[in-house]
Amino acid sequence: MRSSRRTGSPPGEPRRIAYLYLLPGFAVYAAFLLYPLLRAVQLSFYDWDGLTLGRWIGFDNYREIISDEGLRSAFGHALILMVFFAVVPVCVGLLLASILNRAKVRGLPFFRTVVFLPQVVAMVVVAVAWRRIYAPDGSLNDLLGALGLDSLQRGWLGDYTLALPAVGFVGTWFETGLVTVLLLAGMGRISGDLYEAARLDGAGPVREFFAVTLPSVRGEIAVASTLTVIAALRTFDLVYVTTGGGPGNSTSVPSYEVYHRAFELGRVGSAAAIGVTLTVVILAISLLINRIGDRDTAS
Amino acid sequence: MISRAEKSANYVVLVAFALFAIAPILTVLQAAFGTPDAGGSSSPGNLGNFADAWRIGHFGTYLRMSLAVSVFVVVVSVLLSILSGFAFGVIRFRGSGPLFYLFLLGIMMPSEAIVVPLYFDLRSLGLTDTFWAVALPQVAQSVAFGTFWMRAWFRSSSRTLVEAARLDGASTRRVLWQILVPLARPAIVTMTVLVFMWTWNEFLIPLVMVTDENLRTAPLGLAFFQGQYTQGFTLLAAGAVIVATPVVVLYLFLQRHFIAGMLEGAVRE
Repeated sequence: MRSSRRTGSPPGEPRRIAYLYLLPGFAVYAAFLLYPLLRAVQLSFYDWDGLTLGRWIGFDNYREIISDEGLRSAFGHALILMVFFAVVPVCVGLLLASILNRAKVRGLPFFRTVVFLPQVVAMVVVAVAWRRIYAPDGSLNDLLGALGLDSLQRGWLGDYTLALPAVGFVGTWFETGLVTVLLLAGMGRISGDLYEAARLDGAGPVREFFAVTLPSVRGEIAVASTLTVIAALRTFDLVYVTTGGGPGNSTSVPSYEVYHRAFELGRVGSAAAIGVTLTVVILAISLLINRIGDRDTAS
Repeated sequence: MISRAEKSANYVVLVAFALFAIAPILTVLQAAFGTPDAGGSSSPGNLGNFADAWRIGHFGTYLRMSLAVSVFVVVVSVLLSILSGFAFGVIRFRGSGPLFYLFLLGIMMPSEAIVVPLYFDLRSLGLTDTFWAVALPQVAQSVAFGTFWMRAWFRSSSRTLVEAARLDGASTRRVLWQILVPLARPAIVTMTVLVFMWTWNEFLIPLVMVTDENLRTAPLGLAFFQGQYTQGFTLLAAGAVIVATPVVVLYLFLQRHFIAGMLEGAVRE
């Protein structure tokens, strides 16, 4: 029993009754997630329109992800969205959280409630709101008009070069609150002694940030990056409701292409291949970021 | 240590950021309570827009479907997660490591990957366009998360308590339901609100699985309403408020559970 406590595993002899407790949950999980995933892998090797008999084509659907210009740009768009969903929120969140952590301002719980609010609103509702803001007669253009910047007014989501950044900015808005709250929680756990020592050494706010704050919240940065990068890859609802991948295919992303190909173009095999690729990429990214985060906190 | 100027600068940052976070939501609220578009039957400032949206957009039907799906997914997945989380967290058995990693895979798996084969397989079984096609895949996703979540809780709960109960001759079933579950209430509440929110807000699965209008969930209904109702924004805004309100109200009451759950349950082993 002592050895089991040391390794952190449950006590006692192995007991078969565990399988009975696992069975119902595992049955549903296997039937509606594991089996479909295996089927997705299988389908991804076929050329199938969803109706007639499929044709085995090996890795052609995967090759197409690299060779087809439309698909390549969809993955490229996802990379750009990562900047908006992950890089900008983590940088802004670090800045905001360290400012708020330095001076213990009052009303912080209320502030936390407000900035976290976007996370609980359905993405479809978020998309409806931002579509309105970006509309030709929407509030963004009203604001620009009021500032005398009429020349910048446009239909933001209909613009070939600006539609993708506009969608990305919704992600920045959506994720910054989450990241800030996460980092604030991490910074709240830093011992005050560390700051005092830094101040006795004559460190200003900037040195204090790089010497004390930043190293202490590496774990939180890793979690925030994982969450937001995955969110950037899973933007189906946002893209479907705001732009539908347009104009042209300037805002198409992999998760949108899955739907578009499977249910609008009748290219089920290709859609499955994109879905499988997306899963592999998400797994790889979460493993990679957590590995980096762990090593940093260990050293 | 911190000067008065810096302190007031901090408040400015705080307020600006809060305004930025809430401005799009306020835009929708303002439109929903504002002057109706041409053709509306109400005067500004009252709830007439909501009544119009409710009637024209069939939101009553959608909310009923969303409520049914959410309650079903929450009840079933919480129950199954307690059982499997208990097995992983408290009992020792062969293969628990690999099996647990199999569950972890489910947390990472995006709906986009499984929805395509799931649709065609359920279609050949004649199950698309049913309540089950919307609910069961989401039960599976929630069980993957819930198993992970409850296992973590059961592992951290007092082991001496379990051992003492067992020495007293309590059966495994009694240890779970009469000792551990009452203590696990905070963890169970957190899981409940998270699963409710994810299910209520889910869009892709109902979009793919359902064409019958009577089976549309609230977010799906809102997306279709946006497609059909293009003259003006007022009723669309009212519809958006109707769809978002249940989760937002729950959040205002149980925000600790929402925030803690989404931050802790996020990715960590």
